[in-house]
Order: sequence, then structure tokens, then C-alpha cells
Amino acid sequence: MKFIIAVIKPFKLDEVRDALGSIGVAGMTVSEVKGFGRQKGQTEIYRGAEYSTNMLPKVKLEIATSDELAAQVVETIQQTASTDAIGDGKIFVFDLASATRIRTGEAGDTAL
Amino acid sequence: MNNILKKCAAVGLGGMAFAQPAFAAPAAVANPGNNAWMMTSTVLVLLMIIPGLALFYGGLTRSKNMLSTMTQIGATAAVAMLVWVMWGFSLAFGSSPIEGFLGQFISGGSYFLAGMSAETTAATFTDEVISEYVFVSFQMTFAAITAALILGATAERMKFNAVMMFVPIWLTIVYFPIAHMVWAGDGLLFAAGALDFAGGTVVHINAGVSGLVLAYLLGKRRGYPSEPMPPHSLTMTMIGTGLLWVGWFGFNAGSALEADGFAGLAMINTFVATAAGALTWMVIERMAGHKGSALGFCSGVIAGLVAVTPAAGNSGPFGAILLGIVSSIVCYFFVAKVKAKLGYDDSLDAFGIHGVGGIVGAIGTAIVYQPFLGGPGDGSTGVGTQLWIQTEGVLVTIGWAGIGTLIAALIVKAVIGLRVDPETEVDGLDISEHGERAYN
Repeated sequence: MKFIIAVIKPFKLDEVRDALGSIGVAGMTVSEVKGFGRQKGQTEIYRGAEYSTNMLPKVKLEIATSDELAAQVVETIQQTASTDAIGDGKIFVFDLASATRIRTGEAGDTAL
Repeated sequence: MNNILKKCAAVGLGGMAFAQPAFAAPAAVANPGNNAWMMTSTVLVLLMIIPGLALFYGGLTRSKNMLSTMTQIGATAAVAMLVWVMWGFSLAFGSSPIEGFLGQFISGGSYFLAGMSAETTAATFTDEVISEYVFVSFQMTFAAITAALILGATAERMKFNAVMMFVPIWLTIVYFPIAHMVWAGDGLLFAAGALDFAGGTVVHINAGVSGLVLAYLLGKRRGYPSEPMPPHSLTMTMIGTGLLWVGWFGFNAGSALEADGFAGLAMINTFVATAAGALTWMVIERMAGHKGSALGFCSGVIAGLVAVTPAAGNSGPFGAILLGIVSSIVCYFFVAKVKAKLGYDDSLDAFGIHGVGGIVGAIGTAIVYQPFLGGPGDGSTGVGTQLWIQTEGVLVTIGWAGIGTLIAALIVKAVIGLRVDPETEVDGLDISEHGERAYN
């Protein structure tokens, strides 16, 4: 099993979610996060006083998936979330040691 | 107001200046329509203070100083109301004018509203009268809002008890004399022919300059300007802006003292100058390479409102639009460019918008008053002459407000100190001075 963390632009969330749903991803955890990469921050201006914030809002997706589906999930996120501009985000893939469904105690792929 | 008064004098209705309300014809009975409008206008000005100005200023502060900013405004208005009925009305418009030199600066009589009853009346600008209590209340709200406006310059660092001590002293030595000079029949600037329909000098330049002096005496907020201090809620500021604009119709159109055509003129000017100011500010932001912003809209609204105040009944609608545009441009460059170079900390731009916009409005009134711009003036006083009279009024107001504020502030500083201690400032004035938080 793989554990995938993707950081994407917030406005791409719905599109990515739909695309992942259509390839069979059954669930994910979504959180609003802040951070920076090459895109750095943004500037706020109040009556001429400029404040540059070095963090930008992004959305973080956490997805646990079977080994077979992992490559397709990465590819789908990459293609759907891309706008060809800096700040589109990153995708990280980890090996996942175990997964357990709390209600039934099922483990492994069937718990995903 | 003045231009109408002058007209009255020209057609033989002189002596009706409201500075001498007690001399109105004994049998005069207030017209219920005018009374109703003036009572409405009075509470509209109260709406400008609470919650209008409180929300406008409060939203611009950091969240730890929200309650402090709003409470100082509310308590200042309350103090001003009580001082007004004790000796404020007397010094500004009291029933016993003082003969000679001193009479140009203050009046006397009417202490503790002596001699007033539900039957007594105050003259308007025609042969109508309004109930004297209504006139006293209307003018009371002007004193209250002017004192409250100053607090934009001192926000986030002035002690509450210092504000409470400063306000009565400041009202007595600064506001009441300036109101008398500009609006009373024997006032220095009134007699000189200065045009100030609803208080561009008395309210806005006065509050702006007084705020600037206090901001210098207080010093900068800790961390200003290196630390970011963005407004904590522009939503609140936008609500406050809307309430100020609505309330301003009482302020400007109410200054006609009657529900007449001049009130109507002031009304339409208060719409269009403000609209022009709001859009202009956002356009300049775009031209400066930024985005048209919500705070830009709000700032433009205030810049337009401030500038049209002295011109409300002294301008045609298109002159008012011109004033709104010019005021927005000048105020923008002042707060966004000049202020940063001067290095003082006028927290919420009380001087940058009320002071500067007030100066633009007061001087600009000389131009938009002229008939060639659709103004109500008859052209008998040339633009050049009127410009000088207006400038003189501005300079006297700046000088009087500056020196008076310095005296009042130094008294307070010597007795109890002006500024909170560093720990209070860092923790926020809400919790340290009032024992509450705005948001839990």
C-alpha cells in the first residue's frame, strides 16, 4: 500500500476529487494548509502600507491506496491539478505499513 | 450654512442667525415638519458615532484593540454630550453674546441650558424656527463626533483615562471656540465670510489636526512600521463606512436646519461626491499598479464625505463630484505616500483623511460655490477673494486646533500620562484596560 500526500491549489480541489473518484479512489482526507515553495508569498496592501506574507494557502490531500492504483493516482492528480504555473504544488508518495478500518477491524487493502 | 445666512442678510432677514435663538419672535412656533427632520438628523449623526465610527475605526485596528477603540469612541461621545449641556452650548452658541474682541471666539449665557423650555425656539436661516432643545441636541452630536474622530490617530496606545480627561479640556479650549468662530453670527470666521456648511473646518480639519498633534505626542505604536499591523476586520470597517455614509445625510442635510431645498441640495451632493470619491480611490489604486481594494473603497467614501461637508449646501452636484474626486486623489497620496516619509503614526489616518480631505473641501468650496460650476453663489464674491477667505479659515483652524490640543494634551500628560505601558500595549488594550476580549 502507498500513502500519498498532495499539496495543490485550493481552486483545483473539486476537479481533482472528481477525477480521483472516477478512477476508483474511495476516500481521502483534505485540509487547508499554508506554506511556500518557489511561489513564495503574496503582498497585501492597506492604504499603501505593504505587507508581504511569505505563506500561501494551499489544500493538502492525504490518500491511502493500493500499490496497483498508486501510480494512476499520482498521474491523475498531476494532470488535473496542473495549471502550468509555479505554485501548482507537489505530490509525495510513502510506503504504507498498515491500514485498519476501525468499525470492523479489517486490515490491508480491504480497509481502504 | 453661511452662504444662506448671508443671503438672508441680503434680503433683510439678518439677525436671524441661530447664534441668537432667544431673540426669535416671541410667538414663533416650531414647524413640526422641520422639527421632525431635525430630530431625525440628530439621531442620524448619533448613528455615525455609534456604531458607525466605532465599527469603521474598530475594524482597522488589531483584534486585541477592538473594544478599546470602540469604547473610547462611545465614552468620548457620552462625555461630550454632558459637557455640551453644562457649558459647551454656552461657549459656542449661548444666549448672551459677549461684546467686543472676546465675542469673536466664544459666547456666554445658557449655562446648564438656563432659560430653555419646550416652548423656546432657535432660528433657522429663513423666518422658520425649530425647537431649541432640538437645535441644542443637533449641535451636541457634532461636538461628540468631532471629539470621537480624533481617536483614530491615537488608537491602540492611548490610555482610556487619558482620553476621558483630554476630551472635556479639548472641547472647552478647542471645539467650542472654533464652532463659535465659524457658525455664530459674531464669530471671527463667520464674519469674515468663510463658507462651511456642515463643519469641514469645525469638525474635520479640527479633528484631523488635533489627532496629528496627539499622534506626535504619543509616539508610534510598538513595532510600527516594521511589524505588520493589518486591519483585523475590513468587514466591520465596511459596515461602519455604510453607517457613516447614511448618517452623514443627517450631518450635511440636517445642517440646513430645515427640511427645505437646501437640505435637498446637501443630500444630493452627499450622494454624488461620495460616490465619486469611492470610485476615484479605487481607480488610483489600479493606476498605482495595485488591486482596487475594499479599504480603498471605504477610504474613498470617507474622503468624499469629508470634502463635501463644507460644500454640501454651497455647491451644485457636479461641483460636489469634482470635490470628491480631488479629495480622494489628495488623500490617497497623503496616506499612501507622504505619511510613510513623515514618520509619525496616525494609526487610522484621522489626519490623513479627515484633516487633509477637510482642507481640500474647505478650500475647494470657494471654487464649487461659484455659479459657473453650478454652485448656489451669486458670483458677487470673486473666486480669488473667496479662496483667500477659505484659506484663512483653514489656517486659523489649524493653528487653534494645533496649539489648543498641545495645551490640553500636555495637561493630561503631566497629571496622568497619555500612553499605556509597554505590557498593556503588547497584550492589547481590550484585556488590559477593559478586562474583556472582543472575540472569544
